[in-house]
Amino acid sequence: MAKSTCGKDKMEFTIGAVIKDPGSTIKNKTGGWRSFRPIIDQTKCVKCGNCWVFCPDNSIKKNEDGTFSIDYDYCKGCGICANECPLKAIRMETESK
Amino acid sequence: MVLKEVRIHGRGGQGAVTSSQVLAVAAFYDGKYCQAFPSFGVERRGAPVEAFTRISDKPILARNHVYAPDFVLVLDPTLADCVDVGKGLKKDGIVIINTNKSAKDFEGKIGGKVVTVDMTKVAMDIIGKPFVNIIALGAFAAITKEIKLESVFKAIDQEFSHKKEVGELNKKAAEELYKKVKGV
Amino acid sequence: MTEMVVEASKAIALAAKLCRPKVIPMYPITPQTHIVENLAEIINNGELDAEIIHAESEHSACSALLGAQASGIRTFSATASQGLALMFEVLPIVAGNRMPCVMAVANRALSAPINIWNDHSDAVSVRDQGWIQIYVESTQEAIDTLIQLYRVCESKEVMLPGMLCIDGFTLSHVYERAFVPDQSEVDEFLPEYKPLNILDPANPITMGPIAFPNSYMEFKKMQHEAMLLAKKEIEKANQEFGKKFGRKYGNGLIETYRMEDAKYAIIGMGTLIGTARTVVDKLREKKKKVGLIKLRSLRPFPDEKLRKAIEGLKGLAVIDRHISVGYEGPLYTDLRSAFYGSKLTLSNYIAGLGGRDITAAHIEKVFIDLMNGKSGGWLL
Repeated sequence: MAKSTCGKDKMEFTIGAVIKDPGSTIKNKTGGWRSFRPIIDQTKCVKCGNCWVFCPDNSIKKNEDGTFSIDYDYCKGCGICANECPLKAIRMETESK
Repeated sequence: MVLKEVRIHGRGGQGAVTSSQVLAVAAFYDGKYCQAFPSFGVERRGAPVEAFTRISDKPILARNHVYAPDFVLVLDPTLADCVDVGKGLKKDGIVIINTNKSAKDFEGKIGGKVVTVDMTKVAMDIIGKPFVNIIALGAFAAITKEIKLESVFKAIDQEFSHKKEVGELNKKAAEELYKKVKGV
Repeated sequence: MTEMVVEASKAIALAAKLCRPKVIPMYPITPQTHIVENLAEIINNGELDAEIIHAESEHSACSALLGAQASGIRTFSATASQGLALMFEVLPIVAGNRMPCVMAVANRALSAPINIWNDHSDAVSVRDQGWIQIYVESTQEAIDTLIQLYRVCESKEVMLPGMLCIDGFTLSHVYERAFVPDQSEVDEFLPEYKPLNILDPANPITMGPIAFPNSYMEFKKMQHEAMLLAKKEIEKANQEFGKKFGRKYGNGLIETYRMEDAKYAIIGMGTLIGTARTVVDKLREKKKKVGLIKLRSLRPFPDEKLRKAIEGLKGLAVIDRHISVGYEGPLYTDLRSAFYGSKLTLSNYIAGLGGRDITAAHIEKVFIDLMNGKSGGWLL
């Protein structure tokens, strides 16, 4: 199997470019892309789940007690949750603070 | 190598292509090599169509059209008026025409020897329908002596394996034509 | 093995059946239709346990072929002309995913003007898309090659799709004698398909992901190397088939005819070779030192074998059944490249486009031209 000569990861060249290790996107933590971080104000939140529905990256987690929290490993900071929250319970704060 | 080339003229729907195939199968039962193919035209019902058969005692390599047939079989009597059925015929070639006219009526019109046989009448008498494409091979066998009548029968059995009664009628009519030509 | 008089299309269907494909996506197009029609009947009669997918276009048929093969099974399809052109988008995907699909192509001219008859413009136009392409001359060769093709394509070193190219009408619609092998014989020759990867929801993998500029070239290079290795596999399959069934086609890649001491020869693909054999025989009787090279495998291209085959030749005429509009016959281009540096005189003839018959007279003219040092042209 040929190995890549470029890039920091050693790449494996499988026949037909098949990726045999499923769920490889989990390894790619996209949280680092964020410039704004969503923060949920749990005192305002009514647990409607709108943020959970709208998050395009599956980065809002539903907790056992019914509250919601943000998975900062993967959240890219797009701000859709903040925009969709009917009670304005999510605010976007700059990462560089 | 003795290679014989046959051209069959018919009208779309008359079964000239099937004739060429059944003739090839008959040659196979004679232990010969064979090749049958249509003229690959646009198949319209009623339009003049051509089909070809090559018969040989050695494997047949050529895959071009037949230009100089040894034998021509004309299934439809009206075709001789609108198609040059004698085209390219070899010097000692024979044109076999299904018609109630006599060979003399075609003199001068077709280069080469003409044999006429009223196949349609035999078809109407025995099969009750004017299907001559298969039974013509009985006449072909008698006139050309290139294939055995028994092999024609075997080929008919194979062709009509799913319609045995029709096959039997065709065999009977083919034999009738064979005898008629032989004069027995 | 049973000998019968059979239409080449039906013979191909029978051969495909013997290879036990599990899914047959199909879309009818003249002159291929008899192949899939016969397969539909074979399946309907319960003689083959396979599923037919009636696709709504050739693009869909080829996509279904790819998808079915990805599930880890053997597949088969057939097409021609504009049908193959419509498949074009999917062809390199099948090859790039390294799916050893096998397809019959009843070579037919491309429109316009609309034309249903034979030439090689459809298959030759897609020769660079990673499919093995083998062109055959007779019904028997079609049967035998189809069975071999599965073995070649599915061999571990190759894993590439393959096309069995037969001349539309000129071969597809011809009835002739042929031996059809028995199932047990084919089962012995052709092992069960062992997929490299299986698309299975229970064991998920990713097929067909994006390859960035830092890896696409490596994947292409692997494909190219597999195609080059296919040459050996084609030879091996031909050899072993010959041992088992008693029929061989040259070395599998090319077949030569009366080339022993030949000074002048013709090279071409498909049915024109049969007619050319009769002309070579005739000229040999007149003591002319002429021969014939049949190219079976257009891709992979057997350049070393061809260089060997032309040793001692003075002149070689290349008959192309396709024109690369604006340049020359594509086979001629390939051969000039293969023979670069040799002193051989090469000439190019464009012939048999859109079903124009390539006659014995045409072939004879080419030999006479060769012997008189004349260059090629169009055989109209």
